[in-house]
Amino acid sequence: MSHLRSLGRCGMVVLAGALLGACAAAPNKADPFEPWNRAMYEVHEAVDGAIVKPIAQAYVAYMPEVIRTGVANFFGNIDDLFSGINNVLEGRGNEAGDDFGRVLLNTTMGLGGLFDLASMMGIPKDAKDFGITFGKWGFPQGPYFFVPLFGPTTVRDGTGTLVRYFTGPVGFIRDVPVRNTLYGIGYLNLRAQALSAESVLDTAALDKYRFLRNAYLKNRQYQVYDGKPPPEDDEDPAPPPATAPATK
Amino acid sequence: MLRITRILLLLAFAAPAFAQEAPDALVKRIAEETLATIRADKELQAGNPSKVKALIESKLVPNFDTARMTALAMGRNWRAASPEQQKALIEQFKTLLIRTYSNALTNYRDNTMSYKPLRANPGDTDVVVRTEVTRPGQAPVPIDYSMEKTPEGWKCYDVVVAGVSLVTNYRDEFNDTVRSSGIDGLIKALAAKNGSPAPK
Repeated sequence: MSHLRSLGRCGMVVLAGALLGACAAAPNKADPFEPWNRAMYEVHEAVDGAIVKPIAQAYVAYMPEVIRTGVANFFGNIDDLFSGINNVLEGRGNEAGDDFGRVLLNTTMGLGGLFDLASMMGIPKDAKDFGITFGKWGFPQGPYFFVPLFGPTTVRDGTGTLVRYFTGPVGFIRDVPVRNTLYGIGYLNLRAQALSAESVLDTAALDKYRFLRNAYLKNRQYQVYDGKPPPEDDEDPAPPPATAPATK
Repeated sequence: MLRITRILLLLAFAAPAFAQEAPDALVKRIAEETLATIRADKELQAGNPSKVKALIESKLVPNFDTARMTALAMGRNWRAASPEQQKALIEQFKTLLIRTYSNALTNYRDNTMSYKPLRANPGDTDVVVRTEVTRPGQAPVPIDYSMEKTPEGWKCYDVVVAGVSLVTNYRDEFNDTVRSSGIDGLIKALAAKNGSPAPK
């Protein structure tokens, strides 16, 4: 539905930009290229909505859950390996140990990662990536970008993703059809996992682009600071509510 | 007759007991009861709209302070709003949250929750209840509930999912919309959002 409208809207980006004049009045410091990003978001909505999303929805609807879980576990196992590498780079021994333990167990007993035995045994999964590591090392996050068919990122996180891409085991596979098939399935897996969150975004946001950007940046900040981000200099503190019951 | 008096007695006892329930116990009870209800009901899992709405309105809504959430999400614009506008905003925001939760609820079946020990003093009237949600095959996601003590017991006024505060995220949305089209414009935008058919 919405993607059809997006297709129609695609040429109206300029008009939309005019309607959303508020954003021009209050530019987000982390998003200096907002007009460009909004245009890219429209492109994404159109292309993704017309092609990728329906495939992902069909995948969820028709592929048996046990296979989808196996696929998710297989790629999750590779993620665990990189989470471990990043925990090492961040000097977090215990977490790295958990990650590598998970990879070892799931790759062997879990048949190449198809089964997530480690989770069943209570070894917690982590989700560290190069973007978080760079952030901990003090790299500034850089401008925010929305990349069609990829999603929200920043210069720092995008660099991390590229590093991951060039070090990833799938890239080392010589057989091109096998490699490309794996890339395709991996992408489909990610896209399918994003479906439920996306439908929440559809209902929750007045402006999906803005809602997604703000949530993405907050979440990354939270991850870089291990769940304790420094308090922001909030220019707009909420006053004590007038009608809500007093608490103090 | 005896039976109904016993039930009434239980109700009379139950209400103050819940009101005095500790905030972490409250969050745990509501979360576990909600998850159990979803797991036991195939229609809920399939997303039967009236059932989902009934569950949310009976289980979740009474435990949220929607007025305070709206005020916090409005930030400094709250005081600029007239009482009628405030009332309309609370109503629209509440509807939006119910719709959002309705959309998300059916995905919760496979979630398991764990509850962190509460760090608070006995006299505190404002606490954060920390939980973690685990979905199969994914890293746990921390969810913090900001709770305040009211005469009707503890109420939640913000939910922070992996560092993303519901109220703060909406404050950015509301601020921008008020700046461009005023408070009435925001009410209109929310009403339009709530009136649109639920996305698939």
